[in-house]
Amino acid sequence: MSDTTTKIIKAGLKKRYAKEKRFRFFGLMSIVISFVFLLVLLISIFSKGWSAFQQTYVKLDVELNEEVLGINKFSNKDALFSARYKKIIKNSLKKKFPGVKGRKQKRALKNLVSKSAQYELRDKVLKDPELLGTTQSFWFLAKDDVDVFMKGNIDRTLPESNRRIKDYQLAWIDQLIAEDRLEKRFNTQLFSASDSREPEQAGLKGALMGSLFTMLVTLSLSFPIAVAAAAYLEEFAPQNNRWVDLIEVNINNLAAVPSIVFGLLGLAIYIGLFGVPRSTPLIGGLVLTLMTLPTIIIASRAAIKSVPPSIKQAAVGLGASRVQVLFHHTLPLAMPGILTGTIVGMAQALGETAPLLMIGMVAFVAEVPGSIMDPATVMPVQIYLWSDSPERAFSERTSAAIMVLLAFLVMMNLIAIVLRKKFEQRW
Amino acid sequence: MTDLIGTLPGMVKSSLESEENKLPVVETRDEFDVEISGTIGKPLVQNAKMSSRNCDVFYGDKQAIFNINLDIGKNEIIAMIGPSGCGKSTYLRVLNRMNDTIPICRVTGEHTLDGEDIYAAEQDPVLLRARVGMVFQKPNPFPKSIYDNVAYGAKLHGLATNRSELDDLVEASLIKAGLFKEVKDDLLMPGTGLSGGQQQRLCIARAIAVDPEVILMDEPTSALDPIATATIEELMDELKENYTIAIVTHSMQQAARVSQRTAYFHLGKLVEVNDTNTVFTNPEHKLTENYITGRFG
Repeated sequence: MSDTTTKIIKAGLKKRYAKEKRFRFFGLMSIVISFVFLLVLLISIFSKGWSAFQQTYVKLDVELNEEVLGINKFSNKDALFSARYKKIIKNSLKKKFPGVKGRKQKRALKNLVSKSAQYELRDKVLKDPELLGTTQSFWFLAKDDVDVFMKGNIDRTLPESNRRIKDYQLAWIDQLIAEDRLEKRFNTQLFSASDSREPEQAGLKGALMGSLFTMLVTLSLSFPIAVAAAAYLEEFAPQNNRWVDLIEVNINNLAAVPSIVFGLLGLAIYIGLFGVPRSTPLIGGLVLTLMTLPTIIIASRAAIKSVPPSIKQAAVGLGASRVQVLFHHTLPLAMPGILTGTIVGMAQALGETAPLLMIGMVAFVAEVPGSIMDPATVMPVQIYLWSDSPERAFSERTSAAIMVLLAFLVMMNLIAIVLRKKFEQRW
Repeated sequence: MTDLIGTLPGMVKSSLESEENKLPVVETRDEFDVEISGTIGKPLVQNAKMSSRNCDVFYGDKQAIFNINLDIGKNEIIAMIGPSGCGKSTYLRVLNRMNDTIPICRVTGEHTLDGEDIYAAEQDPVLLRARVGMVFQKPNPFPKSIYDNVAYGAKLHGLATNRSELDDLVEASLIKAGLFKEVKDDLLMPGTGLSGGQQQRLCIARAIAVDPEVILMDEPTSALDPIATATIEELMDELKENYTIAIVTHSMQQAARVSQRTAYFHLGKLVEVNDTNTVFTNPEHKLTENYITGRFG
């Protein structure tokens, strides 16, 4: 190499290295920035949401007075069921805090415990009628305001007029705390109950079951359809055919269509034309199938395309038919990619809200759905509904629901990785 | 503009001419232009296993093979040689209809196996490929166990009725392919874990497990080292007792070592077919001579 060439190269070297360094720095920065955002998001959700996994309970001494209830242990089930348990709770509170005067204060006193207390009491009596006539101590769900206060989300130093809990309520709560009658426990309600207007009674079970049923419908429809479509397009469809090209372009475009459009389509076709019942996991699954199909088809086609042609040729050379080649070799080898695509599509569907708005899945459903034909809501819609509710206690539940949803998404991704590893280990 | 273009070829030519004085080899250009008018030698034989008449192959509008007439004799090994792109692999794939899998490929002419037209409408390509097996350039075992690799074709065609029959078939095929001794203790290990030469013998075992009549080999040793190549060549010698073999190869030594007849292809045409000895010692056509003496290719 001549001296001048060396000189020219040397002169440019510094610039080249600087460029490289700059590029690396920018890359690193972008990763740091995205991590910071992710961290801020997670911290804000977790700091708000973790307290929802605890719930305040209050201990009351209830006198199961047969006269007040108007029943005794020999009454039939119906009488036991419809007795005036509400009065018992009220009396128990009155006895605990005597001398409460005025409508406002009386109502406030009643609101120390959740409305569910009377039903819990009823269930206890129904289970064991021998309790009638005795005085028992039971733990009941506290009202959401008490719960919010107990979790330190109401500042008692604020002037009374700006506070949701008034001074007299504070005095009651302080007394209960002093007597060890207020306790925070793990919130089983969150996972065992369905939605409710009362925050302390609201749980995720309905939404979780709704999501489960919806995902089952989506998976059982979209996986076979998408894999069959991908396999046909890759292995059987005539090449360089104008119709096939048109279909390909359209599938790729469908993946980019805003999801709410699929909701409108579902509304018009499934509900309008075929009369599928709305608000059900069935219709939700059908609409989400439309949405996930392009994702899975594209991923599956890429996976099928990447199967080495030498393997297919070997099978053809041995006298395998095209369908045999597909099922014996191409699909098994493409399975990791297909499964990854499927789980990515399912995760997308699990977090989808917009198309469900259109088909009536934004509904207050207080029952846990038992099948794909029952009215149901799904996790992201539940989050949306709770975030919209005015009660203070719903805000932490919203975060908690997001945490549960995130946990499911992380779990699905883990399953995707595990499946991938498992199938790839088949050499 | 036109002036500039007009002057360009002249400039290139003059620079070439001046180069010519220093580098004397450029004359081979002329040798490519030798007219190929029909095949010379002995393309047809008495006891033909497979034969082609007036074979043309087209990829779309492009013709890849021009009017080939060739017989492959029973229990012989015929080697097909020629420079890259000469159509020898394409012709090989005509013989078991592998070209069917390429949508734009079109084959014409008459092709027979034991006198049956293999391109006839009633001919099933699946059955044909069972009778005419194939071994590929790159060893391509399935990502399954050694056992499953060999058993695959037999299972496909239902050649074994029960497990012990299948076991025997796998063992016999591996013995014929000269691989059994090396792998008999790990038949359940992945076929892809073997060495390159072993993999290729596994592919041969897989092909003969279907009990074909003809085996087509498309450069079976080009991805292997000399020792593995020698093993496979010995194997071919044994196989010709029972099978008819057509081998495409880039190695002229290999063609000389293993084959009884050699066919020389050039630019899609069959130039010369003769006994291997004759082709390598006394080639009739100038192109053949240039190729085997290493002037090009």
